[in-house]
Amino acid sequence: MSNVPLAPEQASTIAPKIDLVLYVLTGLSAFFLFAVCAILVFLAIRYRKGTKVNRVIENPDAKALELTWTIIPTIMGIAVFVWTALVYFEYSRPPENAMEILVTGKQWMWKIQHPNGKREINQLHVPLGVPVKLTMTSEDVIHSFFVPVFRVKRDVLPNRYSDLWFEATKTGTFHLFCAEYCGTDHSRMVGQVVVMEPEEYELWLSGANVGVPAASAGEKLFTKLGCVTCHEGTSPRGPALKGVFGKEVQLQTGEMIVVDEDYIRESILNPQAKLVAGYPPLMPTFQNQIREQDLFTLINYIKSMSDEQNAKSGTTS
Amino acid sequence: MSTVAIAPESALMPKRHYANVRHSVASWLLTTDHKRIAILYLVSITLFFAVGGFFAMMVRLELLTPKGDLLDGDTYNKMFTLHGIIMIFFFLIPSIPAVLGNFLIPLMVGAKDLAFPKINLFSWYLYIIAGVVAVTALVKGGVDTGWTFYTPYSSTYAKTEVFLAVSAAFVAGFSSILTGLNFIVTIHKMRAPGLTWFRLPLFVWAHYATSLIQILGTPIIAITLVLVAVERIWGKGIFDPSLGGDPVLFQHMFWFYSHPAVYIMILPGMGVISEVITCFSRKRIFGYEFIAFSSLAIAIVGFLVWGHHMFVSTQSTYAGMVFSFLSFLVAVPSAIKVFNWTATLYKGEITFEAPMLYAFGFIGLFTIGGLTGLFLAAMATDIHFHDTYFVVAHFHYVMVGGMVMGFLCGIHYWWPKMTGRMYPPLLASIAAALVFVGFNCTFFPQFVLGYLGMPRRYHEYAQEFQVLNVMSTAGASILGLGYFIPGVYFIWSLFWGPVAGPNPWHAKGLEWQTTSPPPTFNFEEDRPIVVEEAYAYSIEGAESVS
Repeated sequence: MSNVPLAPEQASTIAPKIDLVLYVLTGLSAFFLFAVCAILVFLAIRYRKGTKVNRVIENPDAKALELTWTIIPTIMGIAVFVWTALVYFEYSRPPENAMEILVTGKQWMWKIQHPNGKREINQLHVPLGVPVKLTMTSEDVIHSFFVPVFRVKRDVLPNRYSDLWFEATKTGTFHLFCAEYCGTDHSRMVGQVVVMEPEEYELWLSGANVGVPAASAGEKLFTKLGCVTCHEGTSPRGPALKGVFGKEVQLQTGEMIVVDEDYIRESILNPQAKLVAGYPPLMPTFQNQIREQDLFTLINYIKSMSDEQNAKSGTTS
Repeated sequence: MSTVAIAPESALMPKRHYANVRHSVASWLLTTDHKRIAILYLVSITLFFAVGGFFAMMVRLELLTPKGDLLDGDTYNKMFTLHGIIMIFFFLIPSIPAVLGNFLIPLMVGAKDLAFPKINLFSWYLYIIAGVVAVTALVKGGVDTGWTFYTPYSSTYAKTEVFLAVSAAFVAGFSSILTGLNFIVTIHKMRAPGLTWFRLPLFVWAHYATSLIQILGTPIIAITLVLVAVERIWGKGIFDPSLGGDPVLFQHMFWFYSHPAVYIMILPGMGVISEVITCFSRKRIFGYEFIAFSSLAIAIVGFLVWGHHMFVSTQSTYAGMVFSFLSFLVAVPSAIKVFNWTATLYKGEITFEAPMLYAFGFIGLFTIGGLTGLFLAAMATDIHFHDTYFVVAHFHYVMVGGMVMGFLCGIHYWWPKMTGRMYPPLLASIAAALVFVGFNCTFFPQFVLGYLGMPRRYHEYAQEFQVLNVMSTAGASILGLGYFIPGVYFIWSLFWGPVAGPNPWHAKGLEWQTTSPPPTFNFEEDRPIVVEEAYAYSIEGAESVS
């Protein structure tokens, strides 16, 4: 029995904050439960049939009591809500400088791609003490990326990107689970998160199985798929993509939209859905012609085109 | 067995009552008597409970070991899916309303029957048709989507009998809507003279609130399930993104019904507890209006909290915050009920018959179920607990610790009214204790499992989760025994139980003013006239209330 764990390790910066909410909720709940049970048992014994106790009710009006036990739990509930919402807010905002790793879920495995193009399956190596942002998508049904020791979980959806971030605070090998039921081998869609010292991680990254860095692989795809013919320089056929990421553009409907991963993705797979104002509906769809990971590589390349632009304008001004 | 002196049977047991006026099978299958229909429901939901219980047993046996050695992955997935679908749509939702509500609401309001007796019978047939469709799905190979039918898995990927399962839930929904409609009209239009709204038993208030949810919420799930079928059969893109749909839309629509449905599955149980606590402490209920209005508050606010099932689904952070806030608020009316029940015991004259033991069990387990709900309403902790065994433990504490305890409580309380006979009281108390202990042994370890991070719906699991899973399975065997014993003594009681008489508990309420079992039209003489509050109990020597 002594080897039965009662609490999971805390291995991320958010874990102790979430656990603190948990401890306080547990304390409050235990108090209420104990109070209700103790009073119930006390009354049941004291006023059981046959005892000689005073049963005359002096003051049948109990509005004050009702108000007390309505208002106090309400205030406590609101206080806990505010606190827990603040913690959640932190969890839901990845830091600007986070390292980005792509996660693709499919029945029944996790495919991981690191910034330098290195790939792995059902294993995620991350450096200690560095914020890591996972950009996640699914090739089929909904999955959910869950690392108990980090206390993080987010659904992984088809045809959409969701993100999840954490900063590991302990080296070691930890469970990675799929938490959203996804069919036959749902319980085997598991893996490991390996947290390493940053130097070790660098060494590991440059080790075997290094792929082509995402950005240069993206450049190749950009040429190979023919994007380059309409989307470079000033072409009347398609909008230039340099520097566009993160900015607002106007659509033909007059609506403004921020260019983000999801918008670029939609425009590649379903180009006519949200046309930029001033351009004809010429682009063919790439639905079913591009693999999920290539799509991500391509999007990353388009993002990096923007980064260069930003970096340049940053230095010249 | 019992030392209670029993009057001659002839004096207490009416010669003719609803159950023996006619004996043919057709007289049962074509009856419009609400009491006979309640018995039809009782028999059918008990059968479904046994089937759902069998699937639960298979799940618990598989989870004895970390490896999937008893069942393969697909079979296991079908087991927990069928357990969920059958227990929710075919046991919990109809349990108290369709059996006890059906039997008691006309008696409690002093009416001859429900407002629409034929529709009442029709509801039962719809339920049976739905049940037959569900069993067909089971026989043809089962279904493996989980009772939540999440898309696009259910609409595109699953290769099992999703269409039949969805149809079964769809048809069962109409049965539920019609029952709710019948109750609402009956409660509005058919109360006995003098029976004002604030003299109604709280059981009736609870069913009124339940019925509101049933008629307002159930159509949404019906539409949603139709859309899943449309996508599955005709390939129209509604939820599957590869067809142009949105999978999260399904979750919104599903939980818009299925969260309020949780209250369909608990409010009637709360109604039972209010009746039983007052009877066995010989006290008026404490805070009548607060309990009555808290039922309505639950029914209304309960419609606005569905998004707390979706904090990690990529729902917007701000939407999540609104849902979280409202979820904290919806806990307050439940807390009010618990406090009022407890306060009712004060200066009472308490006895510990089996129904009262179940009522105490209900209060303890429901309190744990409700409080652990806060861990899931709190967004920070929900990130970790979502889709783990913590959630499984939480909703079993509410659904089984709450509603099944409430159902057993009610059945033990009104059994003498329904059958005219008593059951062995000591054995009933032992069974109640077994259910309580077995339940806690089964589900408490699952809170810890969830905190450790074991996801739900896992056929295989990591080694370190085994000890707690073994504890849970061991507890389940005690729980199973606790459920089996009442089945045996209730059947015994039907034939050989001591005759109960019209009011064995000396309880208040119109249902106790007629014979046990009641005649076909409920009251032999004229309609009863109500002249006092509900629960007008009094204790000798304590009358001098200032």
